[in-house]
Amino acid sequence: MTMRNAAGVIFFAIVAVFFIFSILSLHPFGDFGEEGDKYYLEPKMDDYIIDNAQNETGANNAVTSVVFDYRGFDTLGEATVLFTAVAGVILIFRRLGK
Amino acid sequence: MSGMSKIVKTITSIAFPFVMIYGLYVILHGHLTPGGGFQGGAVVASACAMIVVAFGSIWTMKKIKENQLSILESIGAIGFIVFAFLGLIILFDNSGIFFKNVFANSVYLFGQSVEYASTTANINTAGTLPLMNIAVGLKVIAGLFVIVLVMAYASNKIKERGD
Repeated sequence: MTMRNAAGVIFFAIVAVFFIFSILSLHPFGDFGEEGDKYYLEPKMDDYIIDNAQNETGANNAVTSVVFDYRGFDTLGEATVLFTAVAGVILIFRRLGK
Repeated sequence: MSGMSKIVKTITSIAFPFVMIYGLYVILHGHLTPGGGFQGGAVVASACAMIVVAFGSIWTMKKIKENQLSILESIGAIGFIVFAFLGLIILFDNSGIFFKNVFANSVYLFGQSVEYASTTANINTAGTLPLMNIAVGLKVIAGLFVIVLVMAYASNKIKERGD
């Protein structure tokens, strides 16, 4: 195994560990709460965000606080998709334009 | 000779700064008003695409190279990742969290707190969100502009060559 491959494997392992630890601290999926709760029979998550987004993130725009803070991973993925698209376009069309 | 008629070029020159300012406003006020980095970046990139259409891709390519835009896009991506990793580096209660909003409700830049159901637009709030908006906006501006520019330039070159 070359040095470059080893560095890639180590980086992949570090990122995987970060992601696993992040998953472990997520809220449970589709949590409806228990009888007597404030949000009984409604998904807890959206009401939680409506009630606490302004206090926790300090952003008046709750949508931005969800996109960049509560679900930052989603935005990270979108940014990666855009980066890949740009890389592919430049890779193909730079040779054609020569 | 490239681009469209003198009328289109004049109108583009007049409209370009206003579209640009509107897009930058949407990016910088992403944490206060509807929109954000992606939306504002698309507005600014469409202003740049307007330049490509009106003045021609060869003229635009003389002014700015695709390498410079590629570097700009990489700067945006790295900035976004760095702001995400700040949550892991700066520890809270002895544990770091990826994408933790470290500057919110603190004494630092963009650190002022907001009351529940407040509608007052205070730009010095929301912690890392404005910084991430700027990074993503930079990334989307450069990314969409370079896609339009490189495609137009390549098709122009192919037409010139005649194959």
